[in-house]
Amino acid sequence: DTSLTEVNSFSPSVPISPSSMINQYKFEDGPELRDLFITVDDPESHITAIETFITYRVVTKTTRGEFDSSEYEVRRRYQDFLWLKSKLEEAHPTLIIPPLPEKFIMKGMVERFSDEFIETRRKALHKFLNRIADHPTLTFNEDFKIFLTAQAWELSSHKKQGPGLLSRMGQTVRAVASSVRGAVKNRPEMFTEMSNYMETFSQKINLLDKIAHRIYKEERDYFNEMKEFGPIHTLWSASEEDIADSLKGLASCIDRCCRATEKQMAGLSEHLLPILHEYVLYSEILMGVLKRRDQIQGELDSKVDALANKKTEKDLFSEEIGKLEDKVERANNALKADWDRWKQNMQWDMRSTFMNVAENNLRYYEECLATWESFLASQAVDLHVDEDSEDRP
Amino acid sequence: MEDCLAKKMEITVSEAEKRTGRNAMNIQETYTAYLIETRAVESQSEGHCAPVESLWRRYSEFELLRNYLSVTYPHIVVPPLPEKRADFVWHKLSADNMDPDFVERRRIGLENFLLRVASHPVLCQDKIFYAFLMQEGGWKEMVNETGFQLKADSRLKALNATFRVKNPDKRFTELKHYSDELQSVISHLLRVRARVADRLYGVYKVHGNYGRVFSEWSAIEKEMGDGLQSAGHHMDVYAASIDDILEEEEHYADQLKEYLFYAEALRAVCRKHELMQYDLEMAAQDLTSKKQQCEELATGTVRTFSLKGMTSKLFGQESPEQREAKIKVLEEQIQEGEEQLKSKNLEGRDFVKSAWADIERFKEQKNHDLKEALISYAVMQISMCKKGIQVWTNAKECFSKM
Repeated sequence: DTSLTEVNSFSPSVPISPSSMINQYKFEDGPELRDLFITVDDPESHITAIETFITYRVVTKTTRGEFDSSEYEVRRRYQDFLWLKSKLEEAHPTLIIPPLPEKFIMKGMVERFSDEFIETRRKALHKFLNRIADHPTLTFNEDFKIFLTAQAWELSSHKKQGPGLLSRMGQTVRAVASSVRGAVKNRPEMFTEMSNYMETFSQKINLLDKIAHRIYKEERDYFNEMKEFGPIHTLWSASEEDIADSLKGLASCIDRCCRATEKQMAGLSEHLLPILHEYVLYSEILMGVLKRRDQIQGELDSKVDALANKKTEKDLFSEEIGKLEDKVERANNALKADWDRWKQNMQWDMRSTFMNVAENNLRYYEECLATWESFLASQAVDLHVDEDSEDRP
Repeated sequence: MEDCLAKKMEITVSEAEKRTGRNAMNIQETYTAYLIETRAVESQSEGHCAPVESLWRRYSEFELLRNYLSVTYPHIVVPPLPEKRADFVWHKLSADNMDPDFVERRRIGLENFLLRVASHPVLCQDKIFYAFLMQEGGWKEMVNETGFQLKADSRLKALNATFRVKNPDKRFTELKHYSDELQSVISHLLRVRARVADRLYGVYKVHGNYGRVFSEWSAIEKEMGDGLQSAGHHMDVYAASIDDILEEEEHYADQLKEYLFYAEALRAVCRKHELMQYDLEMAAQDLTSKKQQCEELATGTVRTFSLKGMTSKLFGQESPEQREAKIKVLEEQIQEGEEQLKSKNLEGRDFVKSAWADIERFKEQKNHDLKEALISYAVMQISMCKKGIQVWTNAKECFSKM
């Protein structure tokens, strides 16, 4: 990033220690086994003559021997993350590569560079890198290592190497052409089951995402009305004498419940919403992975079909067929293993996320309950005082 | 309080019934009739319960009763009727007068009205009120025969007309100001409360969607299935719980509404006093001017410009006989005026004394009732929180089994 004309820091960078990271993230293979710690923070905007973009600081701490140093700090922009993702997909077509946050937000009025958008993206990018770090295969990917460690100019030059865009496109076109017929009829039962599962899962997770957003919106509307409700009682207390204290007490209870609502909403947007969104993206990724597996199988099947009619050249192509058969087997095994792993993680994520939602709501209700109970107690005290002092009619 | 009717008699508005009939213009109409049941409270020594007496009344008859009481006892803060039309409703509640929920809440409001009147030391002794409770036929005629409509001052109907009172009673001015503030703040409160209820309804109901989707999702999961399914059930329970919660909250709204309307009754008393004071001042002013006229005629000096003075200058003076006659008339009027002024003053002082006594009684009742309303609001919130805790505790356990 050589042409910086303006640097704008959005948030102070907070040094994160490995021990605090353990508390924040679930380690898919157990904290003791982790030897790679990555954080994404400190978004900065860069304005050049041509464009405006944001870079994020990526800090890596590691004890691995393959890394020359134990600590790295680099700056990356969204494009770089996209590049990494596509390299990983290329290298491991039937592995489940974690989702990246979307390029644009279609719904809502979130501006491209609003603080909210940047923060949401930062958290998602952080998650993305950590999921890769936790993956038994992806964590050792060379491009991943370069992404984490290379300086800006090194990364640029590395990106320019490797198969160009055109050749990659060519591969895809061929793959698509061959996958149209045949892949479905020879597909092992297991992958058909997976496909059916993903169809329903995708539907449900999308619905849950919508529901969660709807709840958040309704809560915000409720919060806005409640904010007005408390102060009216305070206003009223100004015209009263005897009941002024009770009115003020009620007003302060409502205000406290309001603040509790805010906290609860923050909890939703902190945990539930990002996770559901991540799994919406995951469901797309998984359907893509299943397709790619079908494509690989399709290559094999179409070759086999083509040879069925040419009895004389069978020997010549048997080596090629053998290679394709190996490719299919490797792809299937990789996917199966990764699928099992993904399912386990999904289960863990869903369980902990929804438990968190429940705990969040419990905290909210418990705080409100305490508020109202103490109000009631204060009124009971007043009532006893009044009863003693007034003459009974 | 010992002598009031409420202590001697149980009064309930126990039922509401839709009726059709022909009104005064012979047009068919539908209305609701309410069953008023009364029973004398027997002392402990007597073995059996007194029989229940009952009759049906419609809302317009309640209105007639209240109008009668307002006119007949202008110094009393007369209890208000429940609202004629549903106001301040949040959108799930119907604003239709025939809606069963509205009718039910009105039934309760009407019963409350009767109990309030029956517990009032002065109002409970009124014979028209007693007849309203006990005498089905001929009651309307009885009320009209009292001629109370003639007593009703039409000037009071012009709610915003101001009477220029030169020496307003400071206490009544303050009270009127208070009643305006009370009306304004309670209206505002009720409006916002209705919006809050709307929003809260939305939050709870959307959670019901969780229930449906969890259930559908559980069908494709092996290990997570049971946890999801049972959690979904709790989400349905949560969504359904809001209906009862908000129904209870309506009672809080109704309690506040009563005092919204009571504020009007309070204001009415202030207005009546204002009017009395105005009449008194007008009468005093009239008396003063008559005395002045008399003096002018007697001494022949014209101190102030008057048409009579001008015409007499233009057309010639009156004869001494004419002047004598005029003076005599004026002297009679002045005497009458002084007696009237005296009785008006007395009336005014009595009014202020009895009005203020009732206002003090009302203040105590208001403070007691409103404090109770605030407490009952807190109680409702506590119940809502406890229900929420129960549901989410159950849900959490289901999630943990996922």
